[in-house]
Amino acid sequence: MLEIRNLCARVEGKEILKGIDLHVKAGEVHAIMGPNGSGKSTLAHILAGKEGYEVTAGEALYEGKNLLEMDPEDRAREGVFLAFQYPVEIAGVSIAAFLKAAVNAGRKHRGQPELDAMEILSMLEDRCKFVEMNKEFLKRNVNDGFSGGEKKRNEILQMAVLEPRLAILDETDSGLDIDALRIVAGGVNKLRRPDRAMVVVTHYQRLLDYIQPDHVHVLQAGRIVKSGGPELAHELEKSGYRWLELEPKGAQSVSVR
Amino acid sequence: MSVAVETKDTRELFISEHARVEDSLAGSRLGWLLRLRKAAIRSFAERGYPTLDEEDWRQTSVAPIARTAFRAAEATKFHGRAGEELEREAAGGLAACRLVFVNGFYAPELSSVPRLPEGGLRVGSLAALLRAGGEVLEPHLAQLADDGRNPFVALNTAFFADGPYVHVPARTALDFPVHLLYVATESAEPAAAFPRALLVTERETKATFIETFVGPPSASYFTNAVSELLVGENAHIEHVKLQREGDAAFHVATLQARQARNSNFVSHSFSLGGLLVRNDLNVVLDGEGIETTLNGLFRCTGRQHIDNHTLLDHAKPHGSSRELYKGILDGASKGVFNGKIIVRKDAQLTDAQQTNMNLLLSDEAYIDTKPQLEIFADDVKCKHGATIGAIDSDALFYLRSRGIPSDTARRMLITAFANEMIGRVPVEPVRERLLELIPQQLLQGR
Repeated sequence: MLEIRNLCARVEGKEILKGIDLHVKAGEVHAIMGPNGSGKSTLAHILAGKEGYEVTAGEALYEGKNLLEMDPEDRAREGVFLAFQYPVEIAGVSIAAFLKAAVNAGRKHRGQPELDAMEILSMLEDRCKFVEMNKEFLKRNVNDGFSGGEKKRNEILQMAVLEPRLAILDETDSGLDIDALRIVAGGVNKLRRPDRAMVVVTHYQRLLDYIQPDHVHVLQAGRIVKSGGPELAHELEKSGYRWLELEPKGAQSVSVR
Repeated sequence: MSVAVETKDTRELFISEHARVEDSLAGSRLGWLLRLRKAAIRSFAERGYPTLDEEDWRQTSVAPIARTAFRAAEATKFHGRAGEELEREAAGGLAACRLVFVNGFYAPELSSVPRLPEGGLRVGSLAALLRAGGEVLEPHLAQLADDGRNPFVALNTAFFADGPYVHVPARTALDFPVHLLYVATESAEPAAAFPRALLVTERETKATFIETFVGPPSASYFTNAVSELLVGENAHIEHVKLQREGDAAFHVATLQARQARNSNFVSHSFSLGGLLVRNDLNVVLDGEGIETTLNGLFRCTGRQHIDNHTLLDHAKPHGSSRELYKGILDGASKGVFNGKIIVRKDAQLTDAQQTNMNLLLSDEAYIDTKPQLEIFADDVKCKHGATIGAIDSDALFYLRSRGIPSDTARRMLITAFANEMIGRVPVEPVRERLLELIPQQLLQGR
C-alpha cells in the first residue's frame, strides 16, 4: 500500500530525512519510534503533503501512485489520513460543518452522491461512539478551546468518519493522560481492518501496550536504524534510545545550510 | 442650469446646484430649516472638500468625488435590477415595517408600514412632516450631526430632500425591526442622493433599526447619507447598517448617536459594496452607566477603498464600550480603521475596549489601522489592539488534509472569520443574507 524508497528531505536547508525505506502492506500496523528531532513528524508531514519540506531524493508510492506529487486534498480523497500531533484550532467552523465538507469532498471524488445535513449528522453521531464523545461535541468549533485529550479524540473521530485506507498517527499519545490514551487507542483498535494500514508515530512505548503493532521501526537522525517485531518496542522501553547509539552508524550526511 | 464640466474641485458646482434646487427642497418655507441649510452650504463653501492634510481624512482621498460633477438626484420611479434586490431585501420577515427611499425620496408604493396605534410608534417621511409644519422635527433635526466638523454632513444638511423619521415613544418595545432601505437608480449623468434619517427613541424603549444601502452595478453615483439617532434613557437600541452600494459608487455616511443615561446601544456595521466608502460612526455617551457596543465587518476587493472612522465619546462616569471591527481585504483594495476613544474629565470609571482584526487575502491589499485614545480622566480602563494577518496556513493545510479543496477551505476560513460578526446581528433574515453574501462576493473577487 505504501512504498517509501530512500526518502531524503530538507527543512530550511537542514537535512532531516536521510534515506528512509518503509514498506507497509494493507492490514498492517507499523510503529515508528524515535527520540525527539529524529524526523518522525517530518516523515508524517511529508506523507500528508504539508508545505515547507523539500524532498531531495527518493520517492513515496501509495497504491502505486506518486504520493509526493499529489495535493494534500487529493491524498486525503484517495484515502490517506494524518492524525495531527498538534491539531489546529479553527474558530468559527463547527466540527459538523467541517466534517460535512470533508465527507462530501471525498464522496464527490469517488462519484458518490453528496450527503445532506441530516444524513451527515446521523453518521457523525454514530461515529462519536468510537471515541466516547457526546454528540453535543459536533456543535463545537474545531479544536477551539479543546483540552489536549479532546483534540486527539477529535482526530480519531475524523478518522472514523473519513475511513481512510492509510492512516498516519503522529504522536497521537503525546500529552494524554491514561484515560484519554485508553479512549484514543480503543478508537484506533476499532478502526483496524484487513484493508486498512496504519503508521503509528510515537515517542513512547506506552501507546504500543494498547495498539499492538505488527512492525516496529526505530528512527534516529533521519534514518531507520532498526526494524523488528513488537518485541523491539519493549527493548526500547527497557534501555531507552541511548543503546542504539552504541551501534555502528552509516556515513554521516553533511548538513547543508 | 449648471453645466457638467470636470474641474479640479467641483465645490462651486455644488454651491450653484444648491441655489438651483433649494426652493424645491422640503421645508423650504420653514425659517429654522432654511437657516440651517444656508449655514450648512456656507460652511461647505468656506471649507470645501476635506484634504489629506486633515487628521480625520489622512488615509482617504475624496478627490474622485471632488472631481466628479454630480447633480442632485431627482425623485424617480424605480425599475430594473434594483427591483429584484428589493424583493430579496424584503424577504424573510423584514417587510413588517419597511420604508423605501429611492434616490433619497420616500417611495410609499414600495414601503410597508403596519397600522400603528395612536400614540405609539411613528414612522414616516421627513419631507411629508416638513410640509405639514415639521414641529416635531425642529428640536432634533440637524442638532446632533455637526456640519462644521464634517463637510459631507454639511452637504447633506444643505441638500437632503427626504429621509425616514422614526419616533419610538417611552416604554415601547418593538417586536419587529424597522427597516430603512435606500435605493439608488441609474441616471444619465452622475447623481448624488442625500438621504437623511432622524431616529428618536424615548426612555425605556427597545428597538432595532436596519439601514440598507443598495444601488446599480457599474453606475457612478454618490450616496451622502446622515443618520441621527437619539437613544433615550434606559433604552436598548440596536442599529444595523448594511452597505451594499454598486461597485462604482461613492458612499460617504455619518451615523451620529447620542445616548442618555443607563442606555444600551449596539451598532452593527457591514460594509461590502461601493468603490470609495467612508463610514463615520460617532457615539456620545452622554449620561452615567451607559453601555455601547460597536461591531463592524468590512470586506473589500478589486480597487475598493473602505474607510471606517468610529468615535466613542465617553462624557460621563461608569460608561462601558466594546468595539470589534474586522476587515477582509482582497485584490488591490484598501481598508482603513480609525477608532477614536475620548474619555472626558468627568467620565471616571470608564471601561473601554477596542479591537480591530484584519485578514489580508492578497499581497496588494492594504489596511491602515489606528487607535486614537484621548483620555482626560484618571481612573479608567482602556484597552486596544489590532491584528493584521493572512489566512492561517496551518488551518488551511488542516482542512485540505481532510480532502477539502483549497478554494473551499479558504472560503470556510474567511466565512469563519466573518461569522463572529454576523452571529451578533439580532435579526435572523439579515444574518442569513450576510451568510449568503460574504462567500458570494468572495467568489466574484477571485
